[in-house]
Amino acid sequence: MNARAAGLGVLALAALVLLAFVPRLGNAYYLALAISLLQYTVLATAWGMFSGPTRYVSLATTAFFGIGAYTVAVLGEILPWPLVLLIAAALGAFVAAIVGLSTLRLSGVYFVIFTFGLTELIRQLVVWFEVNKSRVLGRYVFVDITQADIYWQLLALTAAVFLLGWLIARSRLGFALRVIGEDETVAKHCGINTTFAKVALFTISATVMTLVGAIMAPRWTYIEPSIAFNSMISFQVLIMALLGGAHRLWGPVLGAVPLTLLFELLSARFPNTFTIILGCIFLLIVYMLPRGVAGLFEKLSATAGGKATGRVAA
Amino acid sequence: MTTFLTRRTALLVAATCAATLGLAAVAQAQTSIKIGYAISRTGPNTGGAAVTTIPNYELWVKEVNAAGGIKLGDKRVPIEVVQYDDRSNAEEAVRALERLINQDKVDFILPPWGTGLNLAVGPTLNREGYPHLAATAVTDRAPELAKRWPNSFWMLGTSADAAKTLVELLNKLRDEKKIGDTVAMVSIADGFGIDLSSAARPALTNAKFKLAYDKSYPIGTQDLAPIINDVKALNPDVFIAFSYPPDTLALTEQSRIAGFNPKVFYTGVGTAFPLYRGKFGKNTEGVMGIGGWSGDSPAIKDYLARHKASAANGAEPDRWASAVTYASLQMLQQAIERVGKIDRAAVIKDLQTGSFDTVIGKVKLENNMPTRYWWVGQWQDGEFYGIAPAGNEGARKAIVPKPAWVAP
Repeated sequence: MNARAAGLGVLALAALVLLAFVPRLGNAYYLALAISLLQYTVLATAWGMFSGPTRYVSLATTAFFGIGAYTVAVLGEILPWPLVLLIAAALGAFVAAIVGLSTLRLSGVYFVIFTFGLTELIRQLVVWFEVNKSRVLGRYVFVDITQADIYWQLLALTAAVFLLGWLIARSRLGFALRVIGEDETVAKHCGINTTFAKVALFTISATVMTLVGAIMAPRWTYIEPSIAFNSMISFQVLIMALLGGAHRLWGPVLGAVPLTLLFELLSARFPNTFTIILGCIFLLIVYMLPRGVAGLFEKLSATAGGKATGRVAA
Repeated sequence: MTTFLTRRTALLVAATCAATLGLAAVAQAQTSIKIGYAISRTGPNTGGAAVTTIPNYELWVKEVNAAGGIKLGDKRVPIEVVQYDDRSNAEEAVRALERLINQDKVDFILPPWGTGLNLAVGPTLNREGYPHLAATAVTDRAPELAKRWPNSFWMLGTSADAAKTLVELLNKLRDEKKIGDTVAMVSIADGFGIDLSSAARPALTNAKFKLAYDKSYPIGTQDLAPIINDVKALNPDVFIAFSYPPDTLALTEQSRIAGFNPKVFYTGVGTAFPLYRGKFGKNTEGVMGIGGWSGDSPAIKDYLARHKASAANGAEPDRWASAVTYASLQMLQQAIERVGKIDRAAVIKDLQTGSFDTVIGKVKLENNMPTRYWWVGQWQDGEFYGIAPAGNEGARKAIVPKPAWVAP
């Protein structure tokens, strides 16, 4: 097992080095596509980190993404870039901690609705502030950041997220979360501080999402609440993670990559029937792959080797 | 299950490959100018794009191709269109443009609809050296953007200019003793409303107008009756609404119902839409709004007729950005023809320095922006004429006070 882990590590490192050379291809379209792939990979993985083990379905991805983007819109021209990212991350973590403390006692559908409302709440707060206080709606982000820079930052973040997820899964926190996901009452009786565990992971996952928003913001030059808080992101990330399988760290990638490529193919080839085809594909996913691609792999290897049952739980 | 999915995907891929190959074969058989655009066919921008942008792009391509194409040197080559849906999404718009440039290798790009998306695609078009004729963007940073991106042309001007022109008109009307000095102003809490109201506020105060009412309302407000009732109680001479199409319609309807009929009644985006006349008929008489055109000019009359003949269901263009959009396409064509080959840097240069014959008259850009705009229009006898700035060719005299509302 140790040799296997080391092999996987080397493989991941090699892939990382290889991916770092994508901007050298010199084709802006492939770079844009790669940025899109990384963006959704990080978002879906971060989403799965919290929602996978705890089974809390969150629609707040957009809220944190938007906080990151807006931090850049406000501070991007004033402060040095690393500091802007740091402030964005801190802001995202702060909001997530408050939201987590006040809402993770909710469960099931109440939590879903709350997180959806949260995006709208934050968006309206931003609008209210801009309209009544700063009296500008729509900010310009002119920072000296190239597309390749955006790509490399996202790549670094991707590596960090996987490392973090791997560490958490091996920590007491990761174990506590899996117990919570199976049965929260039992977890409490075992002496697990369920609130702390949930809030901690929610905060970590939200901080990553905030950073993605901050890194992506310089791509658009112009940011207004409807651009930064576009609720489509929440739904796309959710469906990607579900397709991939959120119960595994590497599951969401299996959804994010094919779906991003599919969106791209559809909007390039069928620009006018995009939404219809997309709807049909979502239906197919939900009916045919209820446990995602990761679940399918496990099922296949289980029937092939008959030994996977123990690993699914581990 | 998996085999089903894979087979489906494989079929899809095969079909698209076949389609692409087919298209490529056709493209190679003839020389053409490839023009690409990504436009909002879905999402919140759809309404604006469907009225102002798409019909003009289609009309222009149809007309140019009917005439044999764009003249390059001594032969004419037809336009070939590649188009995508940006789904009203900034990220999607940027990516679609990168696809147009790097994959489809288009020769020229037509801009998306709206201020936000035009700003979003600005850096990409600048980096790749494509001319960017933004005909549907109103931003106060336009002069600065034109400097930053010398390939970009801001055809619709700045919101500060819009507000200033409106206040100048009001000032003149007050000097002529046609109106008093109480003004009620409402604005939508979105980019457009905020920009215009923050430019109009100081301009009105400096001109010693009394701002009796000054409030904003959120996007999607359904019930605007309380606003109109409050404003009516103040009995202002002038009512200004920096509004978007849905609330432009709602505010007008509410005012008619409440019998609120100030001497000057001005509403924002949407007033210049044919839809507005369709809904209010005779009641449009005397209503002012943003935009306008020289409705008496033969070029505009001819453009209106061609647009009606070409668009689906004989739809009419709006009386503000539509003609400007069409004019920007004429400018692009004339610049390409003067250069005589696909040389984007030379075309940009020609757009910066040349002068152009268009449906909105002769256009010569200064610092990548036109020198004349229509900022205030008024419905007069079923047509939305430009009334300010008064120095513009074809400016009509304002009808003040506005006639009373009639029963529909």
